[in-house]
Amino acid sequence: MNSFGGQFDATQLSRWILTRAHPGWLGLAYRDHGPDWCELELPWRPDLIGDEAQPVLASGPIISLLDMAAGMAIWVANGEFKPVATLDLRVDYLRPSRAHSSVIGRVTCYRRTRSAAFVRGSAHDGDPSDPVAEMTGVFMTLDPARMVAA
Amino acid sequence: MTDYLTAYARSLGIVVAGQEGGMPPLLALEFRHDLEGRPGAWHGGAIAGLLETAGYAALRSALVEAGRAPLLKPINVTVQYLSTGRTRTSFARGRIVRLGRRNANLSVEAWQDDPNRPIASAVMNVLMIDD
Repeated sequence: MNSFGGQFDATQLSRWILTRAHPGWLGLAYRDHGPDWCELELPWRPDLIGDEAQPVLASGPIISLLDMAAGMAIWVANGEFKPVATLDLRVDYLRPSRAHSSVIGRVTCYRRTRSAAFVRGSAHDGDPSDPVAEMTGVFMTLDPARMVAA
Repeated sequence: MTDYLTAYARSLGIVVAGQEGGMPPLLALEFRHDLEGRPGAWHGGAIAGLLETAGYAALRSALVEAGRAPLLKPINVTVQYLSTGRTRTSFARGRIVRLGRRNANLSVEAWQDDPNRPIASAVMNVLMIDD
């Protein structure tokens, strides 16, 4: 990816961001966004379950969903497409999602400083008032000029 | 050997790399494009998935030793990202901080080249429901 920089248009860029790498592998889909939030969907898939006995999405993919929605919330809040790195992420698992259910994650970037962005969000499986998980996190914005090549 | 890996963990590509005498299982995950976040770096979610899986493996291993087979339910996880995960294999091992009757508290670290230089760590609380 060489196209960090410039304006961040969630509707346009999500088509590309979400079809590659880890988000692409998970099949994350863009749903909606506002001035400081973004909502994504993690489709149910049998190879992402966390317990053989129950056809319910594992916790890991839900963290990825919330982490990605957080990154995109920061980009829409900044209006700018600058690389970010997760510093700290906490997820509370309130209840398992329903069998064969997709999970929707919405994250808001509620505070930005020069280098940090504070986010909070939740995940649900159909009813936003009955969440499956709550998250809070802190991300750092990176200076592309100082990013070390892998 | 106890199966420490969920469908998600196997699908992600996690393997049990070893379990030396009395130590919790060591898990490994080889880097590939499916695990990438920003170019040249692991996705935070993939690292969290590896950490959680190592936490559960440590807990399951200790429970087997204790002759217990409870249902495990996640309560929460806090992940600290310490440095960029570069495009190579990551390892992780969990440690049981406290094993109670109903709750377990786990501490997990992930690293790449040097176990003394972790790239991420996690604290997990897990609920155990015995039949």
